[in-house]
Amino acid sequence: MTPLVYFQLLSAALFVIGLYGVLARRSAVLIIMSIELMLNAVNINLIAAASHLQGIGSFVYFDGQVIAIFVITIAAAELGLAIAIILRMHRTRGTVDVDEMNLMKW
Amino acid sequence: MTWLFVVLAASTLLGGLGVVLTRNVVHAALFLLMSLVSVAGIYLILFTEFLALVQVLIYGGAIIIVLVFAIMLTRTSEYPHISDNRQWPLAAIAALALGAVMAAAFWTSPPTGTAAQSPAFSELANSLFTRWAIPFEVASLVLLVALIGAIIIARTGNGEEG
Repeated sequence: MTPLVYFQLLSAALFVIGLYGVLARRSAVLIIMSIELMLNAVNINLIAAASHLQGIGSFVYFDGQVIAIFVITIAAAELGLAIAIILRMHRTRGTVDVDEMNLMKW
Repeated sequence: MTWLFVVLAASTLLGGLGVVLTRNVVHAALFLLMSLVSVAGIYLILFTEFLALVQVLIYGGAIIIVLVFAIMLTRTSEYPHISDNRQWPLAAIAALALGAVMAAAFWTSPPTGTAAQSPAFSELANSLFTRWAIPFEVASLVLLVALIGAIIIARTGNGEEG
């Protein structure tokens, strides 16, 4: 049986990898992929907690799983919008490099 | 720790590293697929069959396909040159610092959990449609608004070159 803490460490590691991708990448599509990694890290944490802590204290009704379902829903909505914005960016500016997206930079 | 968890965690993390380190965008999408399917395996270890199914269907199917579409539609000659920006050492330091803090926090006070257990589908559905009914409806509204917004943003407007 794998203790809960190993799932939490896996989740932290995956989140950190995604954070590095968001900070270091320049292509907007790659940044979106890194955000998906971070959302999955959060989901691992939620689901591991939901299945290991069921019935302890206020952790009841497997709320973590339901929240994970919502996270997946919001991730899908976010991805659709982000792809639309990237396509628009590519059409009007001819690039998906976020460093060149400086129209609103002060 | 079971060997199954070790294998799945390793393939999740390797896929994630591939996403953030490879220079080829299509390879990054395939590494992301590997990572997401491994996460579905992690859900199975946690006896969360429903979310494993959803993970494979939505992430492994829909999201990867949409991402590959985006890569293909925005493919320009610049892709080989776009890789990391100049502040990548700072990004690595920030990520490692956050990782160290989180790992220390998790490791020094490990939660006392029970063995992994999971609800039947009916329990999950009951929870979703009673306790979480209002967030569920709001989520459907959010999806609707986001998709209409995506159509309006991405379509070619009238009189616009396209």
